[in-house]
Formats: sequence, structure tokens, C-alpha cells
Amino acid sequence: MEKLFFIMFAVTAVVAALAVISLKNPVHGALALMVTFFQVACIFVLLRAPFLAAAQLFIYVGAVMVLFLFVVLVLDMEKAALEVFPRLNRWFAYVVSPLVAIEFFIVIWGSAFKDMLPPTSAETSVKEFGKALFTDYLLPFEVVSVLLLAAMVGAIVMAKKRWN
Amino acid sequence: MIPVTWYMALGLALFVIGASGVLLRKNIIIMLMSVELMLNSVNINLVAFSYYLGDMRGQMFAVFTITVAAAEVAVALGILIALMRQRNVFNADEMDSLKG
Repeated sequence: MEKLFFIMFAVTAVVAALAVISLKNPVHGALALMVTFFQVACIFVLLRAPFLAAAQLFIYVGAVMVLFLFVVLVLDMEKAALEVFPRLNRWFAYVVSPLVAIEFFIVIWGSAFKDMLPPTSAETSVKEFGKALFTDYLLPFEVVSVLLLAAMVGAIVMAKKRWN
Repeated sequence: MIPVTWYMALGLALFVIGASGVLLRKNIIIMLMSVELMLNSVNINLVAFSYYLGDMRGQMFAVFTITVAAAEVAVALGILIALMRQRNVFNADEMDSLKG
């Protein structure tokens, strides 16, 4: 049963990801990316990580995708629609991507944890998670908050109109 | 029970799709979306190993990855809007003002 759900989510995620890189219109691409993020959140639920699934939904599907859609809609994208795709002169990408995929696949298949199965009671509760975040991982937490502040200031300064 | 390799294969597929998106597309916004795809595929791997090893550290790492990715998107889109205001280009090949 779990396998069935995994295959469903994984196939949808991969098809939507392919749509992201092959659709011409950036709005359609953003919507396809939203579908991919949603499927990844479902995968997190399968991996017994409910907090991460919720964070994925809020941050990626909620915030990041709305930001992308806003930018696509604010900017005039008519010129971008003229892009020719697929472009056959990028031989590098067509050679390197399958090579990397095959290489990784061989490594995964030959790895020692091929038959690794999850422990029977491995669900991390949000309580446990929050406790660790505010004790053992307090320093990274604070550093990340400074990073977010810097990113916010940077984004506002970049996007505002020049005064002069 | 799903073997961990399945999750790794999914992460691999999404990562390679994202990488080829960065290499193949010219539209700067779609390139950014592909980068997001790659970051997300890494998260799948981290959370999968966190679950299979019964260790919470992978999830912790994934939370910080999500945060940094969100900050990255905010700054990148801000830069993009500033760039569009200055000179109306979407094509990554035409963005060469730092070339000298």
C-alpha cells in the first residue's frame, strides 16, 4: 500500500518537474513546480516527517511559489515566449545530464544500504523536534534568523526604486 | 516497506531534471525554478536517511535548507526585478554587464 502511494507521488513529481523545464510559459512552469513541491510534501508524510511536510507546504507552496508568480506577472514576459525550446545546440547538457544520472544510479544500486529498511517506531514528534531545535541546534537557528533578516533587507533594497 | 533506494532514485531524478533545466533553458526565472527543484531533491534524500537511520539530524538539516532556499529566492527575485528595471532582458545569455 505504501509502495503504491510512493509510486503515485513520485511519478507525479517527476512528470511535473519535466513540465517545469519544458513548458514555454513561465506561469505554467510555476504551477507545475507547485505540483512538484506538493508531491514532495506528500513524500515527507510517507517518511514520517509531518513537521517538514507542513513547512514544505507553507514555505514552498505558499510563499516561494506566490513570490515566483508575482514576479512573473509583474514583469512583462512577452519576449521570453520567443525562446526556442528544446534547443539542439546545447550538446553539453544533453550529454552531461544522462551521464550524471546513469553514474548516480549505478552508485545507488551498488551501495551498501540497498536493502536498508526503516526501524519500526521511527516517527519523530514535533515536540521532540522543537526541543532539539531550541537546545542542541540553537546556534544554527540564531544564525539562520540573522540570514533571513539580511535576505529581507537585501530584497527590499534591490526591489525598491532608485531615489535619484 | 519501501527500500531507501527508491527515495534516493526519486531525489536523483528530480536533481538531474533540475540540473538539465539550468543547463537547457535561457529564461532566468525558469532557471531559478530549476535550482529550487534541485534543493528540494536534496531534501528528499536528507529526510529519507533521517527516517531510515532513526536519527533526527537529517530533518534538522532539511529545515535549514528550506530556510536558506527561501532567503535565496527572495534575494534572487529582488535582483531580478532590479535587473529588469535597468535593462529589459530575460535571456541569461544577454546578462553580461559584469563581463567588462
